[in-house]
Order: sequence, then structure tokens, then C-alpha cells
Amino acid sequence: MSSIAEAFADGPAFVPYLAAGDPDYESSLTYVEALERGGADVIELGLPFSEPIAEGPTIQSAIVRALEAGMTPTRYFEFVADLDVDVPLVCMTYYNLIAQFGDDGERGPEAFVRRAAETGIDGFVVPDLPAEEAGPLREACDEYGCELVFIIAPTTRGERLERIMSQVSGYVYVQARLGTTGARTALSDRTAESLERITDWDVPKAVGFGISTGDHAQRVIEAGADGVIVGSALVDIVAQGVERGDPAVTVADRLEGKARELTEGALRGMPAADGGPHPERT
Amino acid sequence: MSSHTGKFGEYGGQYVPEALMPAIEELEDAYERYVLDNEDGFMNEFRQRLADFGGRPTPLQYADRLSERYDTDVYLKREDLLHGGAHKLNNALGQVLLAKYMGKDRIIAETGAGQHGTATAMACAHLGMPCEVYMGRRDINRQRPNVFRMRLNGAEVTPVTVGRGTLKEAISETMRDWAENVEHTHYVIGSVVGPHPFPAMVRDFQRVISEEAREQMRDRAGCLPDSVLTCAGGGSNTMGLFAEFIDDEEVDLYAVEAGGSSLAVDAEEGVAPNSATLSTGTDGVLHGSRTRVLQDYDGQIMESHSVSAGLDYAGVGPELADLVDRGRVTAVNVDDDNALEGFHRLSQLEGIIPALESAHALSYIENNRDELGDVILLNISGRGDKDLETVLEETHGRDIENAPDIETFGATGGFQ
Repeated sequence: MSSIAEAFADGPAFVPYLAAGDPDYESSLTYVEALERGGADVIELGLPFSEPIAEGPTIQSAIVRALEAGMTPTRYFEFVADLDVDVPLVCMTYYNLIAQFGDDGERGPEAFVRRAAETGIDGFVVPDLPAEEAGPLREACDEYGCELVFIIAPTTRGERLERIMSQVSGYVYVQARLGTTGARTALSDRTAESLERITDWDVPKAVGFGISTGDHAQRVIEAGADGVIVGSALVDIVAQGVERGDPAVTVADRLEGKARELTEGALRGMPAADGGPHPERT
Repeated sequence: MSSHTGKFGEYGGQYVPEALMPAIEELEDAYERYVLDNEDGFMNEFRQRLADFGGRPTPLQYADRLSERYDTDVYLKREDLLHGGAHKLNNALGQVLLAKYMGKDRIIAETGAGQHGTATAMACAHLGMPCEVYMGRRDINRQRPNVFRMRLNGAEVTPVTVGRGTLKEAISETMRDWAENVEHTHYVIGSVVGPHPFPAMVRDFQRVISEEAREQMRDRAGCLPDSVLTCAGGGSNTMGLFAEFIDDEEVDLYAVEAGGSSLAVDAEEGVAPNSATLSTGTDGVLHGSRTRVLQDYDGQIMESHSVSAGLDYAGVGPELADLVDRGRVTAVNVDDDNALEGFHRLSQLEGIIPALESAHALSYIENNRDELGDVILLNISGRGDKDLETVLEETHGRDIENAPDIETFGATGGFQ
């Protein structure tokens, strides 16, 4: 069983996202580590790209901060190596950075995935890479034992679902509503409908886009998801810290607290076994 | 469902978020049925509206004084005389009409120079569709007349403040809007860029330029031109002008890019002080397609620059990139100073104030007359009214030999 599969194996998974290097290298390391303390089962770690077309304003700003602080693909892999966490890591980035990675002798998905796998990355999610264009990256993932997560949107139907199902591994990222990433106060009512389309898929289903509270997390799990993905609500905490000039340790504590709220929310949503009390994870 | 095509050699494809893929497949289907197969007489209605509303065909003009200056025959395809003052209406009208056929009820568009935005706003007013245009903050400041025109036609103009606030950021922001409202909104992309079917579809709406020009050359000159020149930013007027000449192997095709202030890049700052994507860019993925892009070593997209907002873009149409790779199209470039000279030259010699974009192509003739043969076809892709303020400012700060005395304007407080 892959490490990502294990992370989903016992109870709902909490999958937080942060952009690596936001707002600077050292603080960002402690922020990602705080997520693990708060209960993260898998961490999606953003590799910043200059044209993040799938991101709303919150994550766009995080990406700008990280790029301005000097984050590059090479620094990113150093960052991953420096991280002291035991949970699986998923690299979230845009395809051009993958296509360009390497040196002039050899650039592209194979070089990128090899380096990522050596460094400790377990999987990838690439929002601007639909299944149709994913062949080379899928092959590289197979070669190096990495997972390739795909997003399905509320608009994904019919043949497209089958095409994605045949390529996805690790987990499927169920986009709860249309649009870009961003925290919302209300949860999309399309979540249950989205999950119904893929009940027969044999990969875990993690729901993201707009989840910002423990209550949201609970309801997503109650709707049948195996995991919750939360990005903007966490990035908001980083942004607030930058704005107020808070010390990194304070921001890390807040992130840990938010992560715990979301982890606990997800646990509350888990169906009770044999009508008994909710099983607790150790 | 249609097959997955849209590749031009290695370039093209569909690199977009999954939420947009169903809409792109729907658009592919509509493109094939209405544009390629003329279902429900779509193309007939499109051509009729281009004639009645747009004023097509645009003239082919023999340029007496330019011909004399260069001792050659110079013909101008006058796309500046199309309604709205640029070739952009061909595409905007085609796409807004297609959106209506598809049952969409809202139009969004990005704009750089504002020419595509104004064309889309006009087409939307003409066809009764609500319209929202995303435009970089910096471009809003340097193209104010076009912003006002869009507003007059009833469009919303939404400023984009991220990055340097030019076309690249405006496209990204429009894609985000589309991802949110994709079920009822059509994105009228302004050039032969983006995911398939946009590059092919926009080319086919712009193809009318070369359909007319090729016919007009035969009628007027009795021959095909030796060389065909036009400016290239994203490349929509370029592909429109080249489309019907591609199989005429004896005709040389020149895509004239913006050389900006320099072809050298500042990798540290992530800035390319030019928009010469075909001349200096490398293979990458931007805004939905694989093409040549201005990027740094890691693949981060650079900020481009040109005195002409309409050429200021870090990418280029995938088909044009492929034609350059295959050697069918020659990519050349003209810097800011020479483009300004070209602007003044056409204004003085032919009584045509061209868009700064078009001025780049004219200027190429000035310094490369000998390689262009005896009959030259030059596309005047747009008129220069929108650029007057920029030209006033930019001419003031430089030593442009053929510029009129503009101190008069400075004295009246016309510019800073």
C-alpha cells in the first residue's frame, strides 16, 4: 500500500495546502510542520508558478509572496528535503514548471518526477493538466512509484469521468464548486452530487474548494467524502500574519489550531461503526 | 464527441483546469458544426454581418509615396478601416455570434491595447449580449480612449491589478472568471492563443483578411506579392493575413514582433524588455497551449514589454510558432524607436495614422527593403487614434528623427 493510500486507510483524511516559501523559506518550513501537528494526513505543498490560473486571490497572493522571497523549483526540492514531517507530500504545481525542469540535456516530466521522488514527494496534482495531456507525467509517475491526482469539477461528466478514472491514482480531488480556489462561508450544495458520480471509483475521494471550518469538514465527510482538502483558509492565516507582522511561532500556532479544528470536524463527520461511538484515531 | 486534435507540430493542445474542459469540448463541437460545416447558415450570417456592420471588404490600397520611397510596389491592406478601427472585429463578431448559436447568455473577454475589448463590446451591443472585459491596470492607463469606448457600448471594464497589469494578467483573470461561470458564459479570447479550438477558430474568423487580400492583389497587381508583412503579438492579424498565402510557396511571410527596448532579458527581475516571443522565446506552456513563450530558466513566465500595448504579450499563437519552426514564416523584430519612426512615416507619407502595432511592420521595410522583393503587401492592422497619447509621450522622451515638433503640445499641458 502506498503511503498516500495508508493515509486514507483509517478514517477521514485531512489534506491541507500551503505554498512552499510563503512568506519566506524558514517560516514556511515551520508552518508546514505545524500542519502535521494539527493532524494533517497528507500535505499538498504548492510549488509557485507565475500564472496560477486555477487560483483565487488568496492563493495567488501567497504565490506572489513565495516567488518574491526567492522560491524556485530547485529551492522547492531543498525545502522538501529540509522539512521534518512524516506524512505523505503531494506537489501541487502548474505544468510549465514540470515541462521545463532539468538541464538542457534533459528537461521535462521524467526529470521532474525523478528529482521529486528522490526528495520525498509522493504524488502530484497539476491543475492545468487535463487527462488528455497527462501521458508523459503519468508514465514518469509510474516509473518512480508516485501518485498522480486528478481534479474532477462539477462540470465533469460522462466520458471525461472515465478518462480521468483510468489515469488517477492516490486520491481524486473533487472540486466542490466551480471557479477558483478560495475560502467560502457557505459550503457548496454540489458536493453530494459530485460524489455520487464517482461512488464506484476505487480511489479515495477528497473534497476541496471553499472549505474553511470544522463544520464544513464534518459535512463534507458526512456527504460521503474520504478526505477534506483545505488551502485558502490556511493561507489566510499566513497572510494575516504577514499583514500584522506577527512572529512566525504565533502564526504556526494558529495554523496548528486551525488544522486541529478541521481534523476534528472531519472526524465528527465519520459514520459511527455499528452505531457505537466514533472511532478515534491514534 | 470530437477527437482530440488542435496540435500544430509539437505546439497547441489543451492545458486548462478540468472545470473548463467540458466547455472547451462543447466549443470544439460548435466550431466544427457552425464554422467548419456552416450548420444553420452560421457562416453566411457571419459574413453578412461583417459586411453590413463591419464594412467589409476593406480596401487594398496602392501606397504611392511609400512605393516611391522604397522603389518597389507597396500595397496596404486597410484593416484600420474595419468598423472599430482594427482587425479585431472579425474575431469578436464571429465569437459573439457563435456564443449566441450555442445558447450562451454572457460574454467575457480580456484586452491588452483595448482593441479586442472594444471590438467585443461593439459586437455584444450589436448582438444584444451582456459583456465584461478584463483589462490590466497599466493598460487601462495607457489606452483610456478605448476604455471609454467599451463603456459607451455598455460593457463592464474590470481592472486587473496583479503583476504588471498587462495582457498576460488579464488573460489569466478572464480564465478564472470563465472557470466560475463556464456553464452560461463564453470567453471571447482575443487572439490565436489559448487551448484548442481557439487558435484554429480565431484564425478562421480572421482568415477573411487574406481571402480578400489575395483576391485583391490578383485584381490590382495582377500577381501575388513577393513578401507579406504584418505585426505579431498574439498573432491574430498575422494568421488572418497569412492563412491564404501559406500554400503559395513563392510568397515570403514575415511576422514582425516588438523588439521593445532590447532583446536581452533580465532574468534576475524576470523581465524581457521586448515581446519578441517568436524570435527569442522557448517551448513552454502558457494560457492553455504549448507554444513559444518568454520564460526564465525555471519556466516562470516573464513580464514582456513593448511601446505598443497590443504586442505586449509573453506568448504567441501555437500555429504561428510552428510555421516559424518549419521555416514557412520568418520572424523578425523592430524596436520601440523604429516603431515610432514608422508611425510618423506612415502618418506623413500616406495620411494614415497607424496603430503602433502596425507601425512595427512598416518600419521593417525601411531597413530591410532589399530582401523583400518587388511587390510588398503590408497589413495596416489598426488605426492609431488609441495611441496618440502614448506616441506624444514616447516621442517626447526620445530622439525620433522624423517626428513633428511636439513641444507645442507640451506647452499647452497636453502631456507631462
